[in-house]
Amino acid sequence: MKIVVSIKQVPERESALRVAADARSLDESDVSWTMNEPDAYALEEALQLKERAGSGEVIVLCAGPGRVTSTLREALAKGADRAIHVVTDETGEGSLAARDTLDVARLLAEAVKTESPDLVLTGLQSDDLGAGQTGVVMAELLGVPHTTLVLHVELESDSKIKVKRELEDGWFQHVEMKLPALLTVQSGGNKLRYATLMGIKKAKSKETREVSAAPFAARHDEIVKVAPPASVKRTEKLTGAPDEVAQKIVEKLKLEVKVL
Amino acid sequence: MSGVLVVMETLASGAALHRMSLEALAAGRKLAADLGSTCSAAVFSNAPAPLAATVAAKGVTTWAVESPQLEHYTADAWCAALQQLIGEAKPQFVLFAHTYQARDYAAKLATRFNEVLIGDVTHIRVDSGSPVFTRQWMQGKLNADYRHPSGTCFVSVQAGSFSADDSATAVGEVKNFTPTLDPSAIRTTPSAPFREAAQTVDLSSAPIIVSVGRGIGEQENLKLVEDLATALGAELAASRPICDAGWLPMERQVGSSGQTVAPKLYLAVGISGAIQHLVGMKAAGTVIAINKDPDAPIFEVADIGVVGDLFEVVPALTKAILAQKAS
Repeated sequence: MKIVVSIKQVPERESALRVAADARSLDESDVSWTMNEPDAYALEEALQLKERAGSGEVIVLCAGPGRVTSTLREALAKGADRAIHVVTDETGEGSLAARDTLDVARLLAEAVKTESPDLVLTGLQSDDLGAGQTGVVMAELLGVPHTTLVLHVELESDSKIKVKRELEDGWFQHVEMKLPALLTVQSGGNKLRYATLMGIKKAKSKETREVSAAPFAARHDEIVKVAPPASVKRTEKLTGAPDEVAQKIVEKLKLEVKVL
Repeated sequence: MSGVLVVMETLASGAALHRMSLEALAAGRKLAADLGSTCSAAVFSNAPAPLAATVAAKGVTTWAVESPQLEHYTADAWCAALQQLIGEAKPQFVLFAHTYQARDYAAKLATRFNEVLIGDVTHIRVDSGSPVFTRQWMQGKLNADYRHPSGTCFVSVQAGSFSADDSATAVGEVKNFTPTLDPSAIRTTPSAPFREAAQTVDLSSAPIIVSVGRGIGEQENLKLVEDLATALGAELAASRPICDAGWLPMERQVGSSGQTVAPKLYLAVGISGAIQHLVGMKAAGTVIAINKDPDAPIFEVADIGVVGDLFEVVPALTKAILAQKAS
């Protein structure tokens, strides 16, 4: 079983996020980067599938500038066998951030095609732009069936899988399909593993293949403005030492909210 | 190419409309009115007539899209049916509610038209004769405004961002549409939906909820919020990452993939406030947020905000509440 896991490098949650001077993009100068968490769950499911099957290959795929090699190395250290880096421009129209969802999915799908995998896994959405489209669009471009919000994958035979999919309001559903297929993985289906020292050491000798990204296609949508949101409520900010703040809250709980 | 087409979703039982579809319909009607254009809707089923009549009664022309292949949702059948309907109706805007189902196929459909989906939209305004769609970036820390200059525009709208509107004018016309769907082109076989176990925690009726997020750091720190919840007589709840990690059971999760709550008091501890969480708790009476990040989106919906270290503020608050109760 050959599995490609498509991962994205995103800003860390604690990163200070500033709007760039053009007021239409993110200022990336002070951002620290990490593996998109839903993609980490996709990688975990792929590694567990390979372990359960007792054989197979897990290939991680990531598009972006030079910085994404740190995320690919992390995936290799966790146990992926090799990596593909689709190298995009760092800035300008050819950068990842400047391309629309269709163009990004196309870059990744082209790289997947060269591998002809049995299964493609990716996170259900990215923690940065949150479009949740890359996997679904890749499936269409690759001409393979897909299912989204997958928590668990079972191999029914060499050519067929059964997945457990999350629905709304606490419901689930099983979906069967033939391979090759693409799945977008929901968080929480597995516990994420950490890279071991041995894994980090081994990663150094694993192959990363670089492919240059296709020239950008014109965007279908246009980002006209990016700004911090305006507050919808007037928030009363309480300040002071913890004991003072606690006392102020207690007064409010007693006199205004009336729960004490 | 003109007008707005709203794709209505039926619940798995097929007997009722998804509540978020009614919000999408309201958004579609408003967009059409602001553009001086018309709004229509579409219902997909093996027997769409009753629900199509319900939608038409809200005052929009409604397509009853009927096929035996539309009894249960599959991405392949829905994409093929909508592709054909769009070819017939030629809308300029196709609107979805941003449900789990739309997330499964709307972007795939857009790809068929060599287009993109502008997904999870929280606000639509018409400016200089064309719409501007607002969606969130960075888990709600930034808002991004999008335009779609030409071609068919595919949009999905976030839950709770648009109010369902029942002000029907004249009853709309029902139009029947029968797509040609090849059963062998449907590549996934879904089973009937199921639940894991009987839900034993009902957060929806809790008057006070203490809810904990990623900021708590470690499982062993949960005791801090458990003590606070006990002092307040509150139910303990969490955002998704806490339940994903197995620190609290999934049934204590608040948000789009968990429970929707409306307590008198919602005390959010170490929760940043991604939209998936906010949609589950924004009906709360009073929201108090404790978070070390002053830019956390939770403060946008909080009545009372404490920018500070929860490891200092929460024990102090528990102590103060117990002292108040003892006095």
